[in-house]
Amino acid sequence: MLKPRYSIFSLARNAMNYHKDWERAWRSPSPKAEYDAVIVGAGGHGLATAYYLAKNHKMTNIAVVEKGWLGGGNTGRNTTIIRSNYLQDPSIAIYELARTLYEGLSQELNYNVMFSPRGVLMLCQTQHELRAFQRTAHANRLAGLDCRMITPAEVKEIVPIINDDPNCRYPILGAYYQPRGGTGRHDAVAWGYARGADDMGVDIIQNCEVTGIQRDGNQVMGLETSRGVIKTKKVGVVTAGNVSTVMDMAGVRMPIESLCLQALVSEPIKPVIDCVVMANTVHGYMSQSDKGELVIGGGTDPYNNYSQRGSFASLEHTITALIETFPIISRLRMLRHWGGIVDMTGDRSPIIGKTPVDGLYVNCGWGTGGFKAIPGSGWVFADTLANDRPHKIAEAFSMERFTEGRFIDESVAAAVAH
Amino acid sequence: MTGKPYRLTEGGSRIDRNSRMTFSFDGRDVQGFAGDTVASAVLASGQKIFGRSFKYHRPRGVVGLGSEEMNALIGVGADARHEPNLRATQVEIFGGMVAESQNRWPSLTYDMGAINSKLSRFIPGGFYYKTFKWPQAFWKHVYEPIIRRAAGLGRAATGCDPDTYEHMHLHCDVLVAGGGLAGILAAEAAAKAGARVVLIDENPVLGGIADLTAGMINGECAADWLKPTADALQMMPNMRVLSRTTVVGHYHHNYLMAHERVGDHDPALLAAGAPRQRKWKIRAKRVIMATGAIERPIAFANNDRPNIMLASAARGLISRYGVSPGTQGIVFTNNDDAYLTAFALQKAGVNVQIVDSRARPDGDLVKRAQEEGIPVSLSSVISAVAGTQAVRAVKIAAYRKGQGRVITERKVDCDFIAMSGGWNPALHLWAHNGGKIRFDDSLQSFRPDTHPDAITAVGAANGTMSVAETISEAQAAGEVAAKSVLKKAKAAKPAKIEVKEPKRGALEPLWFAPATGHYNEGNKHFIDFQNDVTVADLELAQREGYESVEHTKRYTTLGMATDQGKTSNLNGLGVLAEATGKTIPEIGVTTFRPPYTPYSFGAIAGALTNDLFLPVRRTAVFQWHTDQGATWEPVGQWRRAYTYTGVGEEKHQSITREILSVRNKVGLLDASTLGKIEIKGPDAAEFLDRIYTNTFSTLKVGRCRYGLMMNELGFLSDDGVTVRLGEDHFLMHTTSGGADRIAAWLEEWLQTEWTQYKVFVTPVTEQWSQFALAGPQAREVLEKLEPDFEITNEAFPHMSFKIGKLGGFPVRVYRISFSGELSYEIAAPAGYGLSLWQAIMEAGAEFGIGPYGTEALHVLRAEKGYIVIGDETDGTTTPDDVGMAGMVSKKKTDFLGKRSLEQSELKRDGRKQLVGLLTEEPNDILPDGAHAVADLKDKPPMKMIGHVTSSYMSPSLGRSIAMALIENGRARMGETIAFPLAGGKVMKAKIIGTVFYDKDGGRINA
Ligand SMILES: Cc1cc2nc3c(=O)[nH]c(=O)nc-3n(C[C@H](O)[C@H](O)[C@H](O)COP(=O)(O)OP(=O)(O)OC[C@H]3O[C@@H](n4cnc5c(N)ncnc54)[C@H](O)[C@@H]3O)c2cc1C
Repeated sequence: MLKPRYSIFSLARNAMNYHKDWERAWRSPSPKAEYDAVIVGAGGHGLATAYYLAKNHKMTNIAVVEKGWLGGGNTGRNTTIIRSNYLQDPSIAIYELARTLYEGLSQELNYNVMFSPRGVLMLCQTQHELRAFQRTAHANRLAGLDCRMITPAEVKEIVPIINDDPNCRYPILGAYYQPRGGTGRHDAVAWGYARGADDMGVDIIQNCEVTGIQRDGNQVMGLETSRGVIKTKKVGVVTAGNVSTVMDMAGVRMPIESLCLQALVSEPIKPVIDCVVMANTVHGYMSQSDKGELVIGGGTDPYNNYSQRGSFASLEHTITALIETFPIISRLRMLRHWGGIVDMTGDRSPIIGKTPVDGLYVNCGWGTGGFKAIPGSGWVFADTLANDRPHKIAEAFSMERFTEGRFIDESVAAAVAH
Repeated sequence: MTGKPYRLTEGGSRIDRNSRMTFSFDGRDVQGFAGDTVASAVLASGQKIFGRSFKYHRPRGVVGLGSEEMNALIGVGADARHEPNLRATQVEIFGGMVAESQNRWPSLTYDMGAINSKLSRFIPGGFYYKTFKWPQAFWKHVYEPIIRRAAGLGRAATGCDPDTYEHMHLHCDVLVAGGGLAGILAAEAAAKAGARVVLIDENPVLGGIADLTAGMINGECAADWLKPTADALQMMPNMRVLSRTTVVGHYHHNYLMAHERVGDHDPALLAAGAPRQRKWKIRAKRVIMATGAIERPIAFANNDRPNIMLASAARGLISRYGVSPGTQGIVFTNNDDAYLTAFALQKAGVNVQIVDSRARPDGDLVKRAQEEGIPVSLSSVISAVAGTQAVRAVKIAAYRKGQGRVITERKVDCDFIAMSGGWNPALHLWAHNGGKIRFDDSLQSFRPDTHPDAITAVGAANGTMSVAETISEAQAAGEVAAKSVLKKAKAAKPAKIEVKEPKRGALEPLWFAPATGHYNEGNKHFIDFQNDVTVADLELAQREGYESVEHTKRYTTLGMATDQGKTSNLNGLGVLAEATGKTIPEIGVTTFRPPYTPYSFGAIAGALTNDLFLPVRRTAVFQWHTDQGATWEPVGQWRRAYTYTGVGEEKHQSITREILSVRNKVGLLDASTLGKIEIKGPDAAEFLDRIYTNTFSTLKVGRCRYGLMMNELGFLSDDGVTVRLGEDHFLMHTTSGGADRIAAWLEEWLQTEWTQYKVFVTPVTEQWSQFALAGPQAREVLEKLEPDFEITNEAFPHMSFKIGKLGGFPVRVYRISFSGELSYEIAAPAGYGLSLWQAIMEAGAEFGIGPYGTEALHVLRAEKGYIVIGDETDGTTTPDDVGMAGMVSKKKTDFLGKRSLEQSELKRDGRKQLVGLLTEEPNDILPDGAHAVADLKDKPPMKMIGHVTSSYMSPSLGRSIAMALIENGRARMGETIAFPLAGGKVMKAKIIGTVFYDKDGGRINA
């Protein structure tokens, strides 16, 4: 690493000079005429891809172009749940790779991403849900994940504020628990990867919107952007909710629907909940940030939308569901709510890999649950891009699966896939 | 800590000096008057510290006058009624109220957390990203728990909320948000023109800051002139005035949320049954935003000390509550408006002087200050504040615009500071749903620009600061709004209004006041008080490349406190602009998001909690089931009887009893929850042919057919029996849980894709009670019910139905079976449900009839190998996977999912296929969802080849049975496969066909 390292010692040293000597975390370069590869979209996935392209594949003459500010898409809007206890084998492979990378990410990036394995509980509130999670539990155990079903009494012990009334509308029948799941600090993940990539020479170009994709025959030749044409023969599109519009510039139609997913926070209070609780039957989930805000989310709005503003009805339902689950929140107050446009595939699993256009690669479809995948996704997508063939873990996630019917359906286990 | 009392002998428009009340603050009794807020009463008692800041735990006092308050946050109420983080400036006192300060330990004056303040040099903005990384495990186990405990503000209530909440829905022609001068006049104009108007204000009384404004209207001071108009509004029939109500959000198509605090200020109301709070959901044809403006603090060194407040707050304390912040005050300003505060203080007998950063202010108010003999220091700033727990003195320094360092300064004793950096239009609502805003140089702030919705801004919210202009603007807006929504608006008769107001001089921006010593070296110029964000933090963020205003915000937490930046955002932008040499509009703003002020989750949920949260759907026989000892299974919104346990019976015993009763005698199941959808119209048959995999156009009237449904992807989505009531009339049965989904699905296809079909789809599930009478003696029981139709096997064969009467009951009887036994499903209009059920039970008594629940049903169907959608299928399962390829029509040209079945993966050999399983050990019951593996190893990972979909102890067979989806299962008949379970146990099971009982189906046709 070329940049001075962050540590308690560097903090102390800089304090002597009232912090006037800190260096920039990343540069603000102008686009060069040509790069070996350009990533479109400086969300977590795009930045991680750039980082691993430079780090693992020594591709440093590359750029990430971003229409707004880096990390400003869903990466900076999500509720940061990290877990890997998915049902299908390919999902387990990529999410567990990501989770494992998260464990050492602060050290790897020399940036505190605050990965906090505080445990993720998915409540079982109907027989059907209980059975579905039992199935997932059996599959995860045989895949080697450290997860288990727990009883209502154990749930109460871990989450004392939970409503354990056996006569309530949807009494808790148990929970599926991943103790090594948790949360992270979303901005820090984007910033840490950005700083790391920048340090290896990657140009991160903000306020640079891609408006066209140039092709020669079936080969990508470059990008038209709001800051001029950038030549390159490798383009990785990682634009989440906007992936359909960007891929359309290359004539590729994506099997994606863009929906608004909302989240909200309460005012900060002293700690009341120490893990993540997801209540999928009633559509709500909650954790508490280090700042003390309750971080709350629910299901997507039911209609396609690009506006980043959701419908109040969904929000109201989420909150109602959570008061049922955590009665003490009734007298706490909503501080802020917002929305992000999530890229949903038909099987609720991502698309990672090559496209019908040579030199054009895509990584999208993370929908409501891609924050947890950022390190793993960046890792395999970088490998795919560098070698022009899908990484082993990415193979299952190719776009062709939608024409072959080879779905990796994650909606079958839990309705919500955060 | 309490000093001398600061209640003035006179004044206080909001308080009633004849009504004294006592409340407790941090355990101390405080006296106040009716109408006081906690802020005014506690200040009057001499206490200046209200809380501690978030990061450095610095002592903090009151800064604002109302909802903009960011420092004086308190908790109110005990135990389950505790509410944290309330603004002391908004909380109205009542006798016996219990309030407390927050975020301090052990006490407000001696707070351990204040150590952070001593360490502040080492913990600049964003410091936590740079440290706490080593060793890896320490973040979770050491650093983070410490940070979590130190962070957070107030504490949550304990237990369930004892109070209630409600929702109200409202449609109106014109909604006016904000009841100050502009809002009142706009509302009046609109209402007089005949529009239905709603006027909403967050304060307990209307008037906004008219009482703090200079200017005479028709010879009276503004507030006095306004009062009769405001009072008259309440009497207009087409006007609704909501006070203590905040318009919290503006959503698509002029949909607004407002939050009313109904009973918080008066426990007597709650005791009388009022809801604590109410959420209004409002659809307005037009919105007039008259939300006023919020004063800006000034960034000077240690500007956060207790008793440094906004000029408007000091003025308001005097005029509304008769409370002075102190005895020796400094007004620090860059604009004329704050001079009004100096006059008010002077009039109240408080010593005051003015520090004005401007060199040559020339407004009328400045002249008046000279006339009134108030000392004014021009070209000056406050460069230092002495005192930690309260202001003791300041240094006043000479200043020239843009100057970074202080050269000459002098010390002045004082015990409070009133500051004003200008005013920001409160345009949050404007921006919530896509309104554009633009920067105004004279205000040095943003004001509303264009908006896609029918919304107008007036008065201070629109950046209009003069009284005369506000009046004409507001009246015009009210009239225009009314005209735009009414066919015929009444003509307005404008009253003559004469305004005399002082000419105001220009404001000069002051984003940063230089300090004694370098500002960055130890001095703290706070921008976001609550989150402890300083000018130095913002500059650090810039220096480190967090340039986008969103990056700066997130890196430093500027504007992320509970006031969402009401007093800090613009000051932050000003600092960033100066640090980067850009203009404020070039820096840009962060997104305004609802709500305007935080409001309770309880109010958002309203009454939709407990029993009303997703209300339980009950069949007509619900109470009977309960009386018979039923335990419940939630199925969708329904509760279904799971099993009926008798006295001394365990569940597994009652389930066995129920099953055997159906197999050997006769049983009765409440199947009313089954989805029922009537499909009618000339194209009904063709429509069904497209919906189902099999054919329904060939079904004869009077007959039933089992149908399979796929989604477009070729996967099973529902199943059930559909009957043909007439040529163009079908009744579809769906799964209980799928009823709503399938009805919506049918509508979606009809309304969006197959619009040519003449078909009506009507869900009728709850119109009918439907009971399955099943067992070898079902026919005898039916006979006893006196059918008016033939029921012999020949006249009423399997998969046919009759419409007729059973005694006095009008019924439809379907001979269909999900148990494998002779079975009639008897349906009657729901009103007959209970008596029909009882009649059947009576008729069956001599045959030993018993009710059976859903678990018995599931075992019965599993013994027969019948699938349950959602158990045997999971959204990736094709008809062929469950052995039903034969039900997929080869003849029909098209139906949902047909094309997808041609995809390579769906045609692939070796897919997971449904098979039956018998465990080696007959008493071993495979757990639901257990996975089989290709090769058994002693530890994971192991390759999985499929999973158990259903598993039961079968009383009919006297052993366990299971079904499973296993790779290439149908080719593996007879093979034994292994299921490694948790804890190391391995169950082995033999693969067989899926039908365990009555393989030739003789019983069903008997
Ligand atoms: C409310 C909410 C809650 C969520 N909760 C969770 C959770 O708890 N756990 C979890 O794992 N996941 C969660 N997610 C999902 C997660 O946030 C996303 O899957 C993930 O952040 C996607 O990252 P990304 O890098 O693909 O996309 P983004 O972060 O959205 O980045 C895409 C970037 O592309 C840029 N871009 C778009 N078009 C162009 C263009 N033409 N030119 C240049 N740049 C362009 C955008 O500006 C954006 O910065 C949640 C999402 C939301 C909205």
